[in-house]
Amino acid sequence: MTDTLNIGGHEFTSRFILGSGKYSLDLIQAAVEHAGAQIVTLALRRATLGSIDNILDYIPKSVTLLPNTSGARNAEEAVRIARLAREVGCGDFIKIECIHESKYLLPDNYETIKATEILAKEGFVVMPYMYPDLNAARDLVNAGAAAIMPLGAPIGTNKGLVTKEFIQILIDEIDLPIIVDAGIGKPSQACEAMEMGCAAVMSNTAIATAGDIPAMAGAFKQAIEAGRTAYLSGMGRILDKASASSPLTGFLAD
Amino acid sequence: MTVNGAFIPASEGLTVSQLLEQRGYQESRIAVEVNRAIVPKGQYQSHLLHDDDIVEIVCFMGGD
Repeated sequence: MTDTLNIGGHEFTSRFILGSGKYSLDLIQAAVEHAGAQIVTLALRRATLGSIDNILDYIPKSVTLLPNTSGARNAEEAVRIARLAREVGCGDFIKIECIHESKYLLPDNYETIKATEILAKEGFVVMPYMYPDLNAARDLVNAGAAAIMPLGAPIGTNKGLVTKEFIQILIDEIDLPIIVDAGIGKPSQACEAMEMGCAAVMSNTAIATAGDIPAMAGAFKQAIEAGRTAYLSGMGRILDKASASSPLTGFLAD
Repeated sequence: MTVNGAFIPASEGLTVSQLLEQRGYQESRIAVEVNRAIVPKGQYQSHLLHDDDIVEIVCFMGGD
């Protein structure tokens, strides 16, 4: 049976969600291809004048677009951005970001829950970016979220799974895909998230700031696949004392 | 009227479609809000703009 990621009734074989920020446009396509990504995030901004290159021309048509609500400071602004994003005409997926402090860019779970409730009722596939808190995650489930996206570390820091223990609680207790979003800095950390049972990993900065962007996208792809396979396989046990891997034959010591 | 935060001298009665064409936008790549209300793409040709309208024209860019 194929192992697929189901988000709001949509199935994906890739578990790597790629951000498209901080790239030059001509590298996005190669990054998407090397990542094998089927979901790519975008932001919405005022359109500049004229016929400058549009990012949509650099993303393969088969990719599901996941616009975010970056810039929104509260639920009302997130809802406004989400509705505009849908009106551009690239589907119903929305990643909610409600952030009103600029030092750590931590999400406001309360406003995120409010926005999720409104947008889920309007038929959006809502994927909220959140601080990993079990109570807030339960509220997001009840509000109609299609997945939960807890942060591993503050956006853009590449610090890895700083919130690991709390993400594990979400994995254990929440019956929706848990997708680590933000903070994953290198493939080994993406692999670790998948070994823990995360449904997918979202990454942008780690790839966009790498020396060779497409190659790093490929490295993340492999790490995420390895972590997923390991999770499905079931980890080997841990013991306090040694346990020989081959029989300790008696003949040498007889 | 104000378009994306900047005042532009535009004639009363211009349609959204005409404004977009004048400013060089591709309709398939953008969304339009007039006075905080989304104008659906199907209404670009019929929606008339006024001098005191506040228009927002948005598109996608890279983001995470």
